[in-house]
Amino acid sequence: MKIVVTVKQVPDPNSTLSLEADNSISREKEVVLDPGDECGVEEGLQLKEAHGGEVVLVSMGPERAKDAIRKGLSMGADRAVLVTDPALAGADALTTAKVLAAAIKQEQPDLVICATESYDGSTGMVPPMLAELLGFPQLTFAKKVEVDGSTLKVHRQTADGYQIVEAATPALVSVTAAIAEPRYASLKGIMAARSKEIKQVGLSDLGVEKGEPAESIEGVTDAESRKAGEVIEDDGRAVDRIVQVLASAKVI
Amino acid sequence: MASILVYAELSGGKVTGTSLELLTRARDLGDVYAVALGSGAKAAATILGKHGAKVVHVNEDAAFDDYIAEPATDALAGLYEQQKPDLILFGFTPDSREVAGRLAARLGVGLISNASDVAAKDGGFIARVPYFGGAKVASMKANATPAIVLVRPKSFEASESGGTAEVKDLAVTVQDGSKRAHIVDRVVEASEKVKLEDARVVISGGRGMGGPQNFPLLEDLAGALGGAVGASRAVVDAGWVPYSMQVGQTGKSVRPGVYIAVGISGAMQHTVGMKTSKVIIAINKDAEAPIMKMADLGVVGDALKIVPALTAAVKAKKNG
Repeated sequence: MKIVVTVKQVPDPNSTLSLEADNSISREKEVVLDPGDECGVEEGLQLKEAHGGEVVLVSMGPERAKDAIRKGLSMGADRAVLVTDPALAGADALTTAKVLAAAIKQEQPDLVICATESYDGSTGMVPPMLAELLGFPQLTFAKKVEVDGSTLKVHRQTADGYQIVEAATPALVSVTAAIAEPRYASLKGIMAARSKEIKQVGLSDLGVEKGEPAESIEGVTDAESRKAGEVIEDDGRAVDRIVQVLASAKVI
Repeated sequence: MASILVYAELSGGKVTGTSLELLTRARDLGDVYAVALGSGAKAAATILGKHGAKVVHVNEDAAFDDYIAEPATDALAGLYEQQKPDLILFGFTPDSREVAGRLAARLGVGLISNASDVAAKDGGFIARVPYFGGAKVASMKANATPAIVLVRPKSFEASESGGTAEVKDLAVTVQDGSKRAHIVDRVVEASEKVKLEDARVVISGGRGMGGPQNFPLLEDLAGALGGAVGASRAVVDAGWVPYSMQVGQTGKSVRPGVYIAVGISGAMQHTVGMKTSKVIIAINKDAEAPIMKMADLGVVGDALKIVPALTAAVKAKKNG
């Protein structure tokens, strides 16, 4: 089966974020493959190992996103497509979905795997938008994916457990971090990734025009922060103090 | 006056609390109507009306319960063409966001996701969105027509306005082509005595609990307080407890009367899901943990000793 995994380069979760003058999140700092996408790549690789086929990474981002893509290639993905175009800086979710859909259509995959949401944007909107634009059913929040011929079966996380959801391929699956523990790239994998293809395409190659962004940022303020209250060392009497606080909150 | 459509999510035939929160906010912004799809939709109209919906469009086709997103997208796209609302509100919940994403793509408009508030401004709408990992809040103007905004659960407190909704049958023929992602079974894992989202006391555990074997200590305390147990993403990712217990950006949002964070450092990913709790108590061995800087009461000490002692003290007080 042919599997496309969408991947994104994001600021390193372990680094401190900073803002640009226009209030967009700075992309100039340490960047990594989105940790959620690593799980998506891992699941793609496991399905390929079980059922054969090809894993193609599709990404949108600046040219330096190739570093993050190489990470996925070194894990074992076969090749990659990077849509890069100066006009796409600051693209919103719908534009991102349109661009990815156009690039993915050229691949004609049986399965598209996305992370549930990106680490930096956290809108969680690209998977359903992408499914709609591709004309695919969406099997979302998957913590387990099974393939039986042209039938997909996923365990979809819900508030109190999970649902078993089935659909025929082609389909889009969004996966949670619970899906699979991402493998470490082996030295051999890292060497092999250097010669794997990263096809770079622009907006005009895809025939996509960038629309007006859905939202414009009017201002950014510090989030309301709670003030620190009382901090006590437990000297054996802390429990009494907690009980007092519970009582004054009228929960006991 | 602006017209606002609220997507009322049904879960097990009942209206979700988030839907009522949305109505409570929406009725201050314009004329509000709601759409409810699937089993229980007609009965839901009563409570939706009480919370401010003037009209509720209903359709009880089983396809809305059994297939992910696509049948509901068909219904909403049809309703949009009829009614042309200025604003469509969804809860930022797993089920609603999938419908919202598909609908936006179908209508060819963008949306604003993960908002903590929405307000009218200059004849349009503006949403407040946690930004920058939650450290900041961005004010975002919705440029599209219709504006589509997804609001985080527990962003507002639901309250009744005492109205009655007119119920209208929404004509939708769900095409076979939309019956694709089929929910064939539902498995309940969490035997929640008290629902995490609704609990007046939430006790959440993090890495400082030492391991899954110590979570029963939290269950005992929750039992004594009539509360529910939550968890940080770190311990859910580590497989200690199920995802259904996760509180935070990618988990549940809660705003209980008292939130007790046990062995949780207080990463932004977690605090964005609990910082509107009325009272926060933190128990942590690290006095410098970020959670200590936002807790009303921070206790520096060994959680594995303090929690059982607290459970005993709560029981003693209740019985005394």
